[in-house]
Amino acid sequence: MIDLLWLVIALPLGGAAFLHFFGRYVREPLSGWLASAAIGTAFFIAAIAAVPFFQGEAEPSTIPIWEWMPALGANFELLWDPLAALMTLVVTGVGTLIHVFAIGYMHGDERFHRFFTNLNLFAASMLTLVLAGNYAMLFLGWELVGLCSYLLIGFWHTRPTAAAAAKKAFVVNRIGDLGFMIGLMVVFATFSTFSYSGIFERAGEELTGGLATAIGLLFLVGAAGKSAQIPLYVWLPDAMEGPTPVSALIHAATMVTAGVYVIARSAPIYEFTPFASTVVASVGALTAIWAASIALAQRDIKKVLAYSTISQLGFMFLAVGATAYVAGIFHLMTHAFFKALLFLGAGSVIHAMSDEQDMHRMGGLFRKMPVTAVTMAIGALALAGIPPLAGFWSKDEILAADFARGGWFYFLWIIGLITALLTAFYITRLWVLVFLGEPRWEEKAHPHESPRVMTLPLIALAALSFVGGLVNTPFRLTLEHFLEPSFEGVHIQHATDDWLTLAILAGLSILAAAAGAGAGYLAYRRPPERWRRFEDSFEPLWGTWEQAYGVDDLYGLTLVTPGRRLAEAAAFSFDAGVVDGAVNGVGRVVRGMGDWIRPLQTGFVRNYGVLFLAGAVVVVAWLVAGGS
Amino acid sequence: MVDVGWYMALAAALFLIGALGMLLRRNALVMFMCIELMLNAVNLTLISAGRALNDLDGQVAVFFILVVAAAEVVVGLAIIVAIFRRRATASVDELSELRG
Amino acid sequence: MLTALVLLPVVAAIVVMLVPGGRREVHLPLGIALSIFPLALAGYLFWVFEPAAGFQYVDRVTWYEPWGIDWHLGVDGISLPMVVLTTLLVPIALAASTSIDRRIKEFVVYTLFLEAGLIGAFLSLDLFLFFVFFEAMLIPMYFIIGIWGSERRIYAAMKFLIYTAFGSALMLAAIIGLALTHVDQTGSASFALSDLAALDLSVGAERLFFAAFAIAFAIKVPLFPFHTWLPDAHVEAPTAGSVLLAAVLLKLGTYGLLRFNMALFPEASVDAIPIMAILAVIGIIYGAVVAIVQPDLKKLVAYSSVSHLGFIVLGTFALTSGGLQGAVIQNVNHGLTTGALFLLVGMIYDRRHTKKIADFGGLQKTVPLLAGFFLFMTFASIGLPGLNGFIGEFLVLMGSFPALPSLTVIAALGVVLAAIYLLWAYERVFTGVPDKDENKALSDLSAREIALLAPLAALIVVIGIYPGLLLDKITPSTEAVIDHVVEQTDFVVPEPGRIADVHVAGDEG
Repeated sequence: MIDLLWLVIALPLGGAAFLHFFGRYVREPLSGWLASAAIGTAFFIAAIAAVPFFQGEAEPSTIPIWEWMPALGANFELLWDPLAALMTLVVTGVGTLIHVFAIGYMHGDERFHRFFTNLNLFAASMLTLVLAGNYAMLFLGWELVGLCSYLLIGFWHTRPTAAAAAKKAFVVNRIGDLGFMIGLMVVFATFSTFSYSGIFERAGEELTGGLATAIGLLFLVGAAGKSAQIPLYVWLPDAMEGPTPVSALIHAATMVTAGVYVIARSAPIYEFTPFASTVVASVGALTAIWAASIALAQRDIKKVLAYSTISQLGFMFLAVGATAYVAGIFHLMTHAFFKALLFLGAGSVIHAMSDEQDMHRMGGLFRKMPVTAVTMAIGALALAGIPPLAGFWSKDEILAADFARGGWFYFLWIIGLITALLTAFYITRLWVLVFLGEPRWEEKAHPHESPRVMTLPLIALAALSFVGGLVNTPFRLTLEHFLEPSFEGVHIQHATDDWLTLAILAGLSILAAAAGAGAGYLAYRRPPERWRRFEDSFEPLWGTWEQAYGVDDLYGLTLVTPGRRLAEAAAFSFDAGVVDGAVNGVGRVVRGMGDWIRPLQTGFVRNYGVLFLAGAVVVVAWLVAGGS
Repeated sequence: MVDVGWYMALAAALFLIGALGMLLRRNALVMFMCIELMLNAVNLTLISAGRALNDLDGQVAVFFILVVAAAEVVVGLAIIVAIFRRRATASVDELSELRG
Repeated sequence: MLTALVLLPVVAAIVVMLVPGGRREVHLPLGIALSIFPLALAGYLFWVFEPAAGFQYVDRVTWYEPWGIDWHLGVDGISLPMVVLTTLLVPIALAASTSIDRRIKEFVVYTLFLEAGLIGAFLSLDLFLFFVFFEAMLIPMYFIIGIWGSERRIYAAMKFLIYTAFGSALMLAAIIGLALTHVDQTGSASFALSDLAALDLSVGAERLFFAAFAIAFAIKVPLFPFHTWLPDAHVEAPTAGSVLLAAVLLKLGTYGLLRFNMALFPEASVDAIPIMAILAVIGIIYGAVVAIVQPDLKKLVAYSSVSHLGFIVLGTFALTSGGLQGAVIQNVNHGLTTGALFLLVGMIYDRRHTKKIADFGGLQKTVPLLAGFFLFMTFASIGLPGLNGFIGEFLVLMGSFPALPSLTVIAALGVVLAAIYLLWAYERVFTGVPDKDENKALSDLSAREIALLAPLAALIVVIGIYPGLLLDKITPSTEAVIDHVVEQTDFVVPEPGRIADVHVAGDEG
């Protein structure tokens, strides 16, 4: 099966190519089903190819495809190891469900087939990223998912906000990529190759001095861009301009986790730089609580989920920064399930409410759309970290690992715990505002349950969110054993073995989750005047959160505007004035000299003749005088 | 045999006439003839010097000059005729297009 | 074969000239048809070219023996891609010129002469011959800008001509100086590149000659601060002129630096690395920053050229395997993408008769195909992996870093800026709702226009995912350049700068 692994990328890529050129001849639902079939088949191939890893008997293998940039040791080659396999399964599995959901969601869009073209292209790019056998090919996937993100955020291109958000996402990501690229330069200058195996084998001998730290921090910059961490997270909330399946697939389940994946993949490098790892964890913790607090006060249902995603990605960074790679990847997986579920549920709601996204104008939707409500409740509980749902196990493992690491990580652990509480609060708020209470929408809205093509993926994801956490519990560390070959020789931070401590930690995080969820329920179960007053009682904090701390304005004021001023000064004053002015100035000087001597040219032949004669006389005189 | 100095004096006189005519007259045709006069004054010096020095180079040079002068007359006269047709004048003072 | 390659466009031009005037519908198709022949021959040349160091298919005929001037042509891995690019773009540029409505015959003739000049310049191995072609090519370009350009065409054409001629004059002086030195040292005259490269120059003379050549080529590239003729020339030139100017003419600068400066003056080249690299990096950042706020689409693309060509110069003077490979392949890439962008801007101009960004908005709704192609070329230009621009930039950056770490890091900023200026332009021109009436009723690309863009797009993808197609042919020649410099000087290629050191992925299984 490994020989056919290239099909995992080729299938969605072929789907995209087919739909790109012939999509307009394919009727509406069919193009969506074709795209879904392409990625679904990829899932099955990957699943079969992953069987040896489940049996715990296969070694990671590299599959060369063809030469790309041989001077850099950068070729098309796939690395098939448990980490790649897990990522592939998540991407194709969740991806398939979201593709199917989108068939219902995008119904009636005039560019239906174009949407699935881009979605399939995204799947192919993301799979390139996770299956890459070297950093250059990873970077290929890394940039291509950025392209797809750009195309899909700006899918409704006639909306100026969507177009601006797409550009912002790409540019901010590029800033991160700059860091990543410089990191790659350092890697190449150190190892003369980009191949994972070539680098990791020699990491110990080559990474002397601050090299490991430099690479680690530069990779963090790239990861912070892609995974929306402080200070580069500002693009993700805007990215919600894209269609909701895009938010679910790209901006929750898969693409944004690429940063976590890169750091986990580079574990053998971070092995030599505890400092960079600590920075990763600290950035993650800070982002987690920062974004969670913003999520508290958002009115737009997708914005809540967007900030929630940023916050949860912060948790993953907290894990991989504490070198608890398995916990990080575990959370990546469960988060893919429940966040995709929440986004799709939100999509279902938005779809039902005719594109209304303001939660203040929702309420009482439980009776109208029970399937969506129940599945979203599962997703919300999973996110809140209520056992035995998926989110509990992964989040608890992260917190326990941080606690076990000790020192500075105690502090990060506390931040994580507070964030867990906030998380439970805001997601409960979301669910209660949308599904419970009196309807706050206008009569003519006519909300209705979504068609089965949309609810079935919800149910499937709800099931995964329910049981997905059981793959790695303190009682049975299946995932950890599965991933072991990928982290050979790397120190992995574990939770403590002491059952009592574990139980206390778990109790604390359950307590935080329950407190948050309970408070959210009690606060928002009440009539609107009451919870409005509740929100007002937090002013001015609440307003600050609602404005997301005004970071966008701050960036605008400190970076964008001065940048544009500088560009204008460079273009219109310096370039046109000084540089070109110098060029034209030289021209003017030459012309001035011409003006100065042009009276000599009188136009009278006689004058020329006299001058000529005078010249001749001088020459002859000189010769006669016996000149030399 | 006449002394070569006389030839030279004659040539100088011819050249002077030509040069003065060139500077003083305004009619393009007359100026043209003055140029021819100067050319032939030079030819005369070359021939006489060549004869006096017993060197054929001078005479060879004269042949060249004759050919060039003939070519020049053809082109120059054509231009003057063309200008005259267009402007109805051959006065060079009115032809000062190239004034800087 | 190479002589035929140079003469085919000349023959084509003469044939077009002989067809009686006033028959507009004949000259352009005839010119396009005839320009296919050089393309076919160049394609064949590419096919039979052996990837090896040294010049192939050398044609050498004595031209003027007393001065040692020869008709001396040869092709290697550095000139081959440029010749193919030239022959590819000429038919496309001609076919994009249907909107030219006067003196079309002269236009076709000038373009074909331009092609001959370009091919000749790329293939010349004799400096005198090179100079002749280098200058001969200015004349048709001068007329193309000056006759068929827009409002300020005369100004732009004069600026282009004088600026370039100024550089050429310096180069001519240096060429003569080299030839005289050759007479001094060997007693015989020669203008052959290989003979002059073998001269033993004093440090001062070498630096002086290097500077003369470098200024000539820096103007052509153009390197900051010699770039201001470029935006003017581009904005005023007709589409075909812009395409050929950006795609091929500028490459004479980067090509010349690599071919002549490195070969003739290795010592001075090594000494000049800091200066050239700093100018290149300034160009990268400066061109990009200035491009951001340009109100005119063509000017924006012109400044983006300043930025992109900086990468080529940086890679050249990094003198590592990756840097040189990247520089040569980026020559081709920039030709393809920027050529295509100028074609697209021309197509928009044909429809709307304006190039001002502010006049557009929402074009994706009315001309989705054009928008799609524009976005594609935009991403190629930004350097998206999988497309060609990335290969060049990545090779240059990775190759330059070991040699010039801090400058390379600054240069990488250009990658971010490229995304800003191009995507912002795309946003303003193509997205949103078309709110101006003139923009609502535009026709999308015709089959002819798609046929012009599709081959470029296909090549962009092919080079992006299988650059070996070009790199295999380029590499022996770029390695030879490094070998030459290393032999002639005490320059040490930084680790890991050479292919030999580079670990190939296949080894590890």
